[in-house]
Amino acid sequence: MPCIEARGLRKTFGPTIALDGIDLRVDEGRILGLIGPNGAGKTTALNAILGLIPYQGQLSVLGRDPWTQRDQLMRDVSFIADVAVLPRWIRVSQLLDYVAGVHPRFDRAKAESFLARTEIRQASKVRHLSKGMVAQLHLAIVMAIDARLLVLDEPTLGLDILYRKQFYDSLLNDYFDGSRTILVTTHQVEEVQHVLTDLMFINRGRIVLSCSMEEFEARYAEVTVNPEQLEVARALKPVYERQVFGRSILLFDGVDRKQLAKFGEVRTPSIADLFVAVMSQQGEVALGAAR
Amino acid sequence: MNTQSNSFSESLNKQTVTAAAMTSTRPFYWSVRRELWENRFVYLAPIGVACAFLFGFIISAFRLPGKVRGLSALDPLHYREAIAVPYDIAAGLMMLVTILVSVFYCVDALHSERRDRSILFWKSLPVSDTTTVLAKASIPLVVVPLLTFAIAIAMQFLMLLVSSVVLLANGLSVSNLWSQLSFVQMSLLLLYHLLTAHTLWPAPVYCWLLLVSGWARRAVFLWAALPLIAIAGIEGIAFRTAHFAAMVATRLIGGASNTTMSQPNVFPTNPMAHITPVEFLASPSLLIGLLLAAAFLAGAVWLRRNRGPI
Repeated sequence: MPCIEARGLRKTFGPTIALDGIDLRVDEGRILGLIGPNGAGKTTALNAILGLIPYQGQLSVLGRDPWTQRDQLMRDVSFIADVAVLPRWIRVSQLLDYVAGVHPRFDRAKAESFLARTEIRQASKVRHLSKGMVAQLHLAIVMAIDARLLVLDEPTLGLDILYRKQFYDSLLNDYFDGSRTILVTTHQVEEVQHVLTDLMFINRGRIVLSCSMEEFEARYAEVTVNPEQLEVARALKPVYERQVFGRSILLFDGVDRKQLAKFGEVRTPSIADLFVAVMSQQGEVALGAAR
Repeated sequence: MNTQSNSFSESLNKQTVTAAAMTSTRPFYWSVRRELWENRFVYLAPIGVACAFLFGFIISAFRLPGKVRGLSALDPLHYREAIAVPYDIAAGLMMLVTILVSVFYCVDALHSERRDRSILFWKSLPVSDTTTVLAKASIPLVVVPLLTFAIAIAMQFLMLLVSSVVLLANGLSVSNLWSQLSFVQMSLLLLYHLLTAHTLWPAPVYCWLLLVSGWARRAVFLWAALPLIAIAGIEGIAFRTAHFAAMVATRLIGGASNTTMSQPNVFPTNPMAHITPVEFLASPSLLIGLLLAAAFLAGAVWLRRNRGPI
């Protein structure tokens, strides 16, 4: 059974089309990165999946309609909608009491053992924790919930690099067990590249790229080309070209790596580079902004 | 052995039954506790006022022996009237605190979680919008009245105790005091008054405030008051009457005449005479008010379901 399945998912806010008929299928046990520029419809898609907003079209999450069956669905789904949505007035111990009280699948001992590894004291109020610690606290709670789907919307926004790395390390080492599904949106694409199993680019309410990471690695290749070979390389129709220190870096889609090897060392591009390439094909991102 | 296993399976059955009951009531119970964690003024304010009043009463108690000596010549009816005044003031003060606490609670209840975006966290847990809204409504409709009742009788009991100690220390009898101020009767009247005049009767006001607090982006109190002022204003200009304003005012301060208890003249002879619960519960204005309250709550649930953070 797919974890999430959408057909013609559509959402408009007045004249603005936030989601323009999205088809989507996420199998259980995948870690999908949903990546797109600001205002692309990422959060709208997540909100529809979480049953926070009504929508048009078909959508099924863990076999349920998220809008009409939200209350049952939330036993199997947990989410971090944003950094710092934990109420600031609450004590850490009260937060644990409350979640343990209302969530049948919350393992308090587990949350406490996660917290024991951090600087967070149970007597502290959330307002006295740093932003990074609040994210750690939220993650500790979410990881102690035995959910089948975890949705993360910009979970590391505004955190420093140490917290961000730790966040994804914990998620992979302590939470992901191959049977749960994780859906994450982020702008910090470099950090999730090695975490994801699937990749999806979204722009202007439409999905512009959808592939597994294996497909991504097989399909896309990047090579630094010397000026004298540039014309030959360009004949192979790169999807994107950028300049670094006077040399050109060309990104190819579906071109045999052996063919490219004669220009130089062939690498798998970063998600960020592919993102810029795809978005500039869409005419959205100015080339200069990519560098 | 057999009976043992029987009783074992029985207890197991019981456990599963209670577990099922728990899963439906537990989110509600924890949601109410959550409200009290967030809004500590709900119990701190009445306790604070009670303590302040008690302090003042203790100071005034030093004048009590002289007063009692002067009163001893009076007949029991006037004796009670003179002695009971501070107890009535205490009860009245607690009513005022109840109204203030409930109004301020309701104005913020569904607004603060949208303002600080924590609604996104609460909604990530398996607690339905109905449970949350009902838990919030239970604060002014259940928790505050019962809490006020408990604090008020504790306060009145301490007042009686202080008076007794002062009188005994001055070699005066306390039998008159205790017989004239029937503590149990006083408590029952207070409870009845709280549940009718300060819970069921103003329920539509509190639920209206909850609804607006779940709707307004800012200035909840203003948006809650504006339509009322507008209706009262239109009525005033169009018909030169003020029925609507009077109606809202009596709703809030418990003006239903058949629920008031401050009729000291009838108090000692037949204190239960003016208590007519059946009449009160069957009165159309109460029922209309409760229907309105239910409609406002349903609206608040709908808004919480359909609206995100501010």
